[in-house]
Amino acid sequence: MSGVDRLFMLPFCLPGISSLASHVSYLIPIFAPMDFFNQVRFLVHKEIILEWRSKYALNGILLYVVSTVFVCYQSFRSLDNNGPVWNALFWIILLFASLNAITKSFVQESRGRQLYYYTLVSPQAVILSKIIYNVLLMLLLSCVAYFAYSTIFRNEVGDPLLYFVSIIMGSISFACVFTMVSGISVKANSSGTLMAILSFPIIIPLLLLLIKLSKNAMDGLDRSVSYDELGVLVAINVIVVSVSLLLFPYLWRD
Amino acid sequence: MRQNWWKVLGAILLLYSVVAGFLGDVPKLFILHETIRNLYFHVPMWFSMTFLYFISVVYSIKYLSSGKPEHDFMAVESVNVGIIFCLFGLLTGMLWANVTWGDPWPSDPKLNGSAIATLMYLAYLVLRNALEEEQKRAKISALYNVFAFPIMIVLLFVLPRMTDSLHPGNGGNSTFSDIDMDNQMRRVFYPAVLGWILIGTWVMTLRYRVRILDYEDKNISA
Repeated sequence: MSGVDRLFMLPFCLPGISSLASHVSYLIPIFAPMDFFNQVRFLVHKEIILEWRSKYALNGILLYVVSTVFVCYQSFRSLDNNGPVWNALFWIILLFASLNAITKSFVQESRGRQLYYYTLVSPQAVILSKIIYNVLLMLLLSCVAYFAYSTIFRNEVGDPLLYFVSIIMGSISFACVFTMVSGISVKANSSGTLMAILSFPIIIPLLLLLIKLSKNAMDGLDRSVSYDELGVLVAINVIVVSVSLLLFPYLWRD
Repeated sequence: MRQNWWKVLGAILLLYSVVAGFLGDVPKLFILHETIRNLYFHVPMWFSMTFLYFISVVYSIKYLSSGKPEHDFMAVESVNVGIIFCLFGLLTGMLWANVTWGDPWPSDPKLNGSAIATLMYLAYLVLRNALEEEQKRAKISALYNVFAFPIMIVLLFVLPRMTDSLHPGNGGNSTFSDIDMDNQMRRVFYPAVLGWILIGTWVMTLRYRVRILDYEDKNISA
């Protein structure tokens, strides 16, 4: 007998269910410790079996934990132990903020409306418009975040203009990657967990480049040092956007 | 037999590389000493993994254009076997790093890149499990696979070359073949790479055939 079937048998399994006295105590478990513990035992058993049935949810959470640990490890490691934590922390805050901001970008579209778009416009137009909107949203979000963060956590930045450029690059990169991934994860009818585990491995290389770039800006290094990071960031973004444009038509047709 | 010659070739090459790898002459080098033999096992693991992931992405693209479930099965089984190779690659690498660098997990860009790539392909498998409907699962996981493959290549083979790395051939280090690998080693190393790739492909095709049988069985009984 499987676990859930056993759950339906639960009232019949409990001892002494037929007599009125114990029926009352079944409703008020405090007076019948044995019955109460049996119930708890059955219910815990049920929880474990349900979790085991949908193993993907458990695996998803486990992978989420590992991915998050890895993101943090990677961001803080690149600071050579004595560098300021300030910078890494800012990027992690921005990462989670943008994750939450962009997850919803496909959720709010109903199925019917998607079908309506399908008859009117090309899929490339849809994804491009979403990317552009998310870039704008992220620019606003990251400017507010930077303003709040730097006024509360005051810190010296050697080259504020370059730091600002790195924030703008960061907003664009996050928006480009997360838009496509949120399109994928919404098809699985899943929450933010799937979105996070799908996008973290993809975002880590970008995040490392951004942290390096903004670290250069904080130290006030000569700008020519940062050109290759900027170049790679632009190249990755171009690749991500063009791959999104290529793949989205397949994702859309449903 | 005519179709299966490559399986025999793979088995022979693998046998040869294991025997010759443990018994053959290797150059005597400081720090590395006898651990240099790990080259015959550690590096082929990663080459096989990359090869299998490449097969997977090719079949994902094929699936997107054709919609045949066989192509999807090929893609997922390649990833399944590739992940095993990846785990063995990490394991042999950790053993080797413990001896030569004195730490099983030094923070090296190539190590971290491989860990991220592993997370990405594990996420691919979780994504597959999250989708119930078969066609949808095949299509969306194929999309993610196409998205993930270029990033895996960047992580493993491009980024480590741009930054400081402990691995040979990365971050301005000379490659293994420049100084350490003599022709004696080459004679074992290349057959080992080819042997592992062939064996990996063989395992993958076996798993693929089992999956096809499962699929047909389900379709007949349904």
